Amino acid sequence: MKARVTVTLKTGVLDPQGQAIEGSLKGLGFSGVTSVRQGKVFDLAFDGSNEEEARASISEMCEKLLANTVIENYAIEILN
Amino acid sequence: MKSAVVVFPGLNRDSDMIAALTKIGGVKPAVVWHQDETIPDVDLIVIPGGFSYGDYLRAGAIAARSPIMDLIRDRAAQGVKVLGVCNGFQILTEAGLLPGVLMRNASLRFVCRQVKLEVANADTAFTRGYISGQVIRCPVAHHDGNYFADPETLARVEGNGQVAFRYADGTNPNGSINDIAGVFNETKNVLGLMPHPENLIESAHGGSDGRALFSGLLEAAA
Repeated sequence: MKARVTVTLKTGVLDPQGQAIEGSLKGLGFSGVTSVRQGKVFDLAFDGSNEEEARASISEMCEKLLANTVIENYAIEILN
Repeated sequence: MKSAVVVFPGLNRDSDMIAALTKIGGVKPAVVWHQDETIPDVDLIVIPGGFSYGDYLRAGAIAARSPIMDLIRDRAAQGVKVLGVCNGFQILTEAGLLPGVLMRNASLRFVCRQVKLEVANADTAFTRGYISGQVIRCPVAHHDGNYFADPETLARVEGNGQVAFRYADGTNPNGSINDIAGVFNETKNVLGLMPHPENLIESAHGGSDGRALFSGLLEAAA
């Protein structure tokens, strides 16, 4: 089974990296960009076929390691 | 004072910390490798600075999930003093032993310079060698020192006297909220700070403002 976890900064948390990327995009002429927030993507492959169990297990992975929930949110997507 | 320095792969300030503890305490600290299954019976456990696991995932995140952190958590709960400097501070926040989180510097630059620190709470074992409000000098060297906590946590930290040091006189090098440079846990026996007091303990360093942190701990343990 495969899954994708996307970790993003919570609303209101300063994202200087996102701001720098936004500035660079504007420098390239993409003037319509009003905000950039950067994050991380994890592609996981693991044994098992029960989607519900997989979601529960991945949630625990996110809470314990993949995300720092003080500043980050996470989203889980089962890919197959 | 008996102390132990815990070393993870990728730390690089352990020698400086061991030298400071040896020079000021008069006794060489025990050196504990992260895979060791026990920590000697000590008054102080120190996690020094560096780049554990190459700062992969988030600074301090991997080290904070090491089995040895459970031992450190147990000792802290028993009242043993725990000090984390720089990456050690990041590890302690990631492990949940200290509130908040250390994010990428607002400037996105690695900062290596001397800053001024105001001692925000001198009424603890770590800071008793200083006076509240005293401004000292201290070097910093980090890329992820931008302290952040959500508003409720921040209010609790401020209200409970858990801020140990603040960057003073406009020297905040990283964008930390409320100029916070170091925080205690609720019971004030765990301290994390980004600056390096171990690097300013003798005239060869150009000053000794960091010395009182260690000599104060020594007095507290006596």
